[in-house]
Amino acid sequence: MSETVLEARNIVKRYGHVTAINGADFDLRAGEVLAVIGDNGAGKSSLIKVLSGDVIPDSGEVLLDGQQVHFRSPHDAQLAGIETVYQDLAMAPALDIATNLFLGREIKRKGPLGSILRMIDTKEMRKQSRKQMDDLGITTLQSITQPVDSLSGGQRQTVAVARAAAFGRRVVIMDEPTAALGVRESKGVLDLIKRISGSGIPVVLISHDIPAVFEVADRIHIHRLGRRTTVVRPQDHTMNEVVGIMTGALPAPPLKEEVAS
Amino acid sequence: MTGSLKTAEEEAPEAPDTSGTRAATITDRIYRNPVLGPLGALVILIIAFSILTENFLSVDNTSLILQQSVVVGTLALGQTIIILTGGIDLANGAIMVLSSLVIAQLAMDIGQWPAMFVGLLLCALLGAISGLLVSRLRLPPFIVTLGMLTILQAASRLYTKETLLVDEGPLTFLSKGGYLFGQFQITVGVVVVLLSVAVLHFALTRTSWGRHVYAVGNNDLAAKRTGINVQRVLLSVYVLAGVLYFLAALQAFGRSPATSPNAFPTANLDTITAVVIGGTSLFGGRGTVLGSYLGALIVLVLQSGLTQAGIDPLYQNIVTGVLVIAAVALDSITRRKAR
Repeated sequence: MSETVLEARNIVKRYGHVTAINGADFDLRAGEVLAVIGDNGAGKSSLIKVLSGDVIPDSGEVLLDGQQVHFRSPHDAQLAGIETVYQDLAMAPALDIATNLFLGREIKRKGPLGSILRMIDTKEMRKQSRKQMDDLGITTLQSITQPVDSLSGGQRQTVAVARAAAFGRRVVIMDEPTAALGVRESKGVLDLIKRISGSGIPVVLISHDIPAVFEVADRIHIHRLGRRTTVVRPQDHTMNEVVGIMTGALPAPPLKEEVAS
Repeated sequence: MTGSLKTAEEEAPEAPDTSGTRAATITDRIYRNPVLGPLGALVILIIAFSILTENFLSVDNTSLILQQSVVVGTLALGQTIIILTGGIDLANGAIMVLSSLVIAQLAMDIGQWPAMFVGLLLCALLGAISGLLVSRLRLPPFIVTLGMLTILQAASRLYTKETLLVDEGPLTFLSKGGYLFGQFQITVGVVVVLLSVAVLHFALTRTSWGRHVYAVGNNDLAAKRTGINVQRVLLSVYVLAGVLYFLAALQAFGRSPATSPNAFPTANLDTITAVVIGGTSLFGGRGTVLGSYLGALIVLVLQSGLTQAGIDPLYQNIVTGVLVIAAVALDSITRRKAR
């Protein structure tokens, strides 16, 4: 059994009277694609926000490589190597692709120009951006100097995913990456997800798109009523069964040893 | 299913988008290079007035226009960086006037250099107050600076009701000048305003701080999520704008040694006019300081040219108003096209 990279134990988060996360567990293994599915309001986004540092839980613990971590902000999680692709993509539309890839992490010029004047090395950033796109096999972008607002939805998603892959040393989390995309563009993003996990970095995929989940996921974390109901493997169940478990129409099968961590 | 997808892919190779009309490509180009619009407008105006009037392109007139541009031009730089973050500053003229009064008064008591230092601190402090209210309390910049404007105008009048004069000295250094190419008079103030534009342009386009300013104005949530300290960027912008308003106060002393609480009553609106004509988007995240300075020049060229053409000064205001609306319309249209 491969090692666990990211783990959460007994997470609780309340907003006033509403309990968004009610003792949820989570585990992610090295090199896998873990899909997280659940009905609207099941609390899966809240759980993901805990993992990406956007929400601070009331109780419970988060462990990265077995070490307990306390993320106070998304920046903390980023420093730990956890990158998140948000549904709204978090991009500055007027700035070009290379600038967006390195936004907040600009490469400085060498010497005093960089350290004192904080001058950025545009050439180097463009070079590395191009390399990153090539490494991920992204061919749909014409030029790295195009402003993001001239891109299609699928291309923007590609840029956001490439950014996460470039800086996500440990984990890449994606929130509904295919929700706004057409069939062909979705396929491109799913291929990217496979390539990232193939390179050894595990991917957490939050999605409502069950066929997409079945296509790329190694395991499926089913979230219901604020906690993890069970984890299944796509080859053990049909899509209908999984949807049934998710909505509560079917009883959740107990966690199998080889599926649980 | 996959077969049909493949054909679709083959039928649509990565050809450049040729759907745009000629008009669309022009708006697109203006949108990508926001300086082209105001630069073109300025060139057209200069050519038109050179043909229509005798004296417009004379060395006297052109050097006068440059000298007239220094105060509003400098204030407009501060206004630009604030508008780039999606804000607006209605208090810039009031900050400059209050500090110029304090400087003029203190210069008599403690000397010009210490007075200048106090003026610089005052401007930075007033900028920091607006900046903190906008960044920490997330108050709308329009309201914060409207409040600052009202407070500072009253404070100026409480401070003094007289016109104060400064003596010849470091405070009037920017009025010094010389002649270029024989006749063309150029002042230190003009050189300083051009240098200010160049330095700020460099900072905005070549440093990480500049990128972050644009990113905050573009999408502050995205900026925050990529790890940019949005509050610190906002605060730095308002403090820097305050420092630029101090520089504008010095520029004003370079133009005239007299200052009063009634000076520059419409500086805030004049700078917004210059910024908008200069192609900076009021929505934030898009624009240049170079454009804003060109915008300030355009207003002055219009005033000068129309005066020399013997046209009633009130028409100058009408033309300026039309230009402002046209510039915002152009911005809105190009933004929509780019979506």
